Amino acid sequence: MISVLVDILSWTSFIVGGFFLFVGSLGMVRLVDFWARLHAASIIDSAGVGLILLGMMLQGGVSLVTAKLALIVLFLFITGPTASHAVANAAFMSGSRPHDMVEDVTATVPPKPNKGKPNKGKPKKAKAASSAKSSNTAKASKTIRKKT
Amino acid sequence: MDHHLILRVITKILVAPILLYGLYVQFHGDFGPGGGFQAGVIFAVGFILFGIVFGLRRLRRIFPDYVVHQLVALGVLLFAGTGIVNMALGGNFLDYNVLGEKGYQGQHWGIIAVELGVGVTVFGVMMAIFYSFAGRPPSLDDKEW
Repeated sequence: MISVLVDILSWTSFIVGGFFLFVGSLGMVRLVDFWARLHAASIIDSAGVGLILLGMMLQGGVSLVTAKLALIVLFLFITGPTASHAVANAAFMSGSRPHDMVEDVTATVPPKPNKGKPNKGKPKKAKAASSAKSSNTAKASKTIRKKT
Repeated sequence: MDHHLILRVITKILVAPILLYGLYVQFHGDFGPGGGFQAGVIFAVGFILFGIVFGLRRLRRIFPDYVVHQLVALGVLLFAGTGIVNMALGGNFLDYNVLGEKGYQGQHWGIIAVELGVGVTVFGVMMAIFYSFAGRPPSLDDKEW
């Protein structure tokens, strides 16, 4: 009875973890920009692999294997978000911003112009957005949002 | 470097377990998966992580260049020296059976010594590769990130 229950739980977490792996890898290919793709990649790290390892721990029972898997989960949950943070931090510091971000309310670091692309720096963008708001045409603000 | 706070904290947490795991793989190699090569790489990864986050200068204070280069040679010396010792005790080159009173004991000691040599060499080579890559003058200053 209890073994059937454990089997059901572990296979459920296997399937859900596999679903998260699939969704994460699909998102890494299909999502719009770097930040959304980074989010998808970190879903693979935490939810997908975490649930699959949880299923393995349930299959392993109380044993040395389960302890080792728990250590793997622990280190994965420390290192995965750290790696995502490092990548995101490097991208943010080098001036990348989400593609539909209009106002930079959080930035202490001004975004830098990308190589070969026109300058999309903070002051210019803010001025353009405010002027669009003052002229009060929805279409103009929409085009600016698309351009940024 | 002040925006690398999380990386520094996590690195301080992680370096010691990485080194411990490297030693585990090194000395568990004759019972289970592992061995000298993997242990050397893992042990070097601990120091390389430290060097990436805290800077090459502080890593060079722990392992100066000449120590790394001599570690490469020391591992080969351990490997070949085990073989020479076996020959001196009356066996063939790397014939571990003469090292202990019974054959399997000698094989145990011999494999541990040889794997230690492999591990030391791989550690030294990994550190030397990291030094020669990371020691180049950077094309981009750290402030420009």
